[in-house]
Amino acid sequence: MQKYLVRRFLLALVTLLSVSLIIFIMSRVSGDPRHIYLDDYSTQEDWDRMGVVLGLDKPYYQQYGIFLKGALRGDFGESVREGRPVTEVVIERAPATLLLGAVAFSFSILIGVPLGILSAVKRGTMMDSFGKLIALVGQSAPPFWLGIMLMFFFAVKLGMVPPYGKQEWNSIILPAVTLGWYYAAANLRLVRSAMLDVLDSEYIKLARAKGVNSRTIIMKHAFRNALIPPLTFAGVTIGALVTGSLVVETVFAWPGLGRLAIEALFAFDYPLLQGVVITFTLLYVTAAFIVDVLYAYVDPRIRYA
Amino acid sequence: MVTTDTRINTETVLSVEDLRTYFTTRWGVVKAVDGISFDLRRGETLGIVGESGCGKSVTMLSLMRLIPIPPGRIVSGKIILDGEDIIPISEQEMARIRGSKIALIIQDPMTSLNPVFSIGNQVEEAIRIHQDIPRRSVTEKALEVLRKVNIPAAEQRAKDYPHQMSGGMRQRVVGAIGISCQPQVLIADEPTTSLDVTIQAQYLKLLKDIQRESNLSIIFITHDFGIVAKMCDRVAVMYAGRIVEHGSVRDIFNNPSHPYTEALLASVPKMDRDVDRLYSIEGQPPPLHDLPVGCAFADRCPDVMDKCREQYPDSLAVSDGHIASCWKLE
Repeated sequence: MQKYLVRRFLLALVTLLSVSLIIFIMSRVSGDPRHIYLDDYSTQEDWDRMGVVLGLDKPYYQQYGIFLKGALRGDFGESVREGRPVTEVVIERAPATLLLGAVAFSFSILIGVPLGILSAVKRGTMMDSFGKLIALVGQSAPPFWLGIMLMFFFAVKLGMVPPYGKQEWNSIILPAVTLGWYYAAANLRLVRSAMLDVLDSEYIKLARAKGVNSRTIIMKHAFRNALIPPLTFAGVTIGALVTGSLVVETVFAWPGLGRLAIEALFAFDYPLLQGVVITFTLLYVTAAFIVDVLYAYVDPRIRYA
Repeated sequence: MVTTDTRINTETVLSVEDLRTYFTTRWGVVKAVDGISFDLRRGETLGIVGESGCGKSVTMLSLMRLIPIPPGRIVSGKIILDGEDIIPISEQEMARIRGSKIALIIQDPMTSLNPVFSIGNQVEEAIRIHQDIPRRSVTEKALEVLRKVNIPAAEQRAKDYPHQMSGGMRQRVVGAIGISCQPQVLIADEPTTSLDVTIQAQYLKLLKDIQRESNLSIIFITHDFGIVAKMCDRVAVMYAGRIVEHGSVRDIFNNPSHPYTEALLASVPKMDRDVDRLYSIEGQPPPLHDLPVGCAFADRCPDVMDKCREQYPDSLAVSDGHIASCWKLE
């Protein structure tokens, strides 16, 4: 178990390091930031001086070293647009994204898992068809369209919730549903098929032969086994919810990291963009690590491997 | 071959009368079990033999009331276990009977244990369900049955998970679960097919020992005549959902009276004879959704008569306690 966790942890570090390198390379190939800072009246001297300030005069490997050293201390430089440290801006915006992600994640689990179980247990009934409809919409409707449709019906037509922003407590409902629906649908399908496989297995037959009642069969013997595929997927979900926030936060004007990333992108604010992407990676890797730990808890075959 | 053992008395534990289990499929009604009857006495072992798809396993599932409904359905018949017909009783009542009065050992030890629970937990569960005793006694009892099936270092092994055990070991655990609540009837559905021969022999001996100790009645489902000779007191030969011949092991081996039984016995390879080609029965069993009016074996039978195709043969007595369904005996 310990060996497994240590291995997972090291793997997470390697992931972070690789991502930092990719981000660094991408920021350098996307163009010289001095084109943004300086105007047509700047001289060659201004250009060079700016290069020294930003560290662009040094060779690339040194630039990466500086970037990495800063990153380890939580220093990603200064945002060009805001004129403040990147870390400060990111920390300011992160809670909104975390909140949205957490609500969307809970939505995807609370809707997806029970519906998946019901669809499998009541296979071929109205319940199953209802589950299929939920899954179909969730997996085929693009989030930006779904977001606009939900906004149109529930905010504009029915006036039940605010259409955008983050002023009211119920402002979060529409963006969370938009963000979480796809994953609710994915969880539903995963749980359903895992559950069907498990219910058909020999050990369920043996459990029945032992005299275990149907409810215990489903909730104890089948559920824990059927939980393994969606749990694997949960790691991907948490990460993807963070990145998915790019679209949803933009549609709903939600003041989080996703929108910050878009803003930084359009403003060519590359230190800020780097900071946001690193933060995304950090969230993703942390989530994946937590899932690995849970995974080992649920499945003894992993715990002892 | 033990046929006149003193431990077998005349008390009947399980009596099956005209059991029919059908499945509704898109090809029509599959008559997987079509009117079988037999008695099982205390302490005896009844072998049910036949080729794949003859209804052996459906018989077993019907006895446990574990037929998936739909598409399956027990259409008619009686299964009298310990004086009570278990077909009309509710699912809850049946759950109380499963594991306590009638237990099951299934075929594949690699998949029959739940991978996410420890061995101890899975053995304890059966005991916990059927016996209202304190927690510590449950653990004690589970260890006791694990020792009974010769699991070495049972205390440590109980904490193991199925993937940490070998196939033979797992099958013993399945056996331990089967006998954990002292059932009257144990159904063993080809429990040794996936074990290698030495482990198989050990396992069969273990079952025999347990049977002798607790006067257990066993229904042994198999297609291996070697196992039948070693384990069983009586044999029922099944073909296309019916019992075609039924008698003591001695009767079946020495005086097979149904052409199908004869053919089955002829296809068992003999160690003392050198042949170029092993005997096999020509043709295929008829599809169970489209059974002929007469005898289902008629098309493959060397002794077929016109009457065979017109009417299903009655059960005819060959000798005392030995019956066969074949017109040639008339």
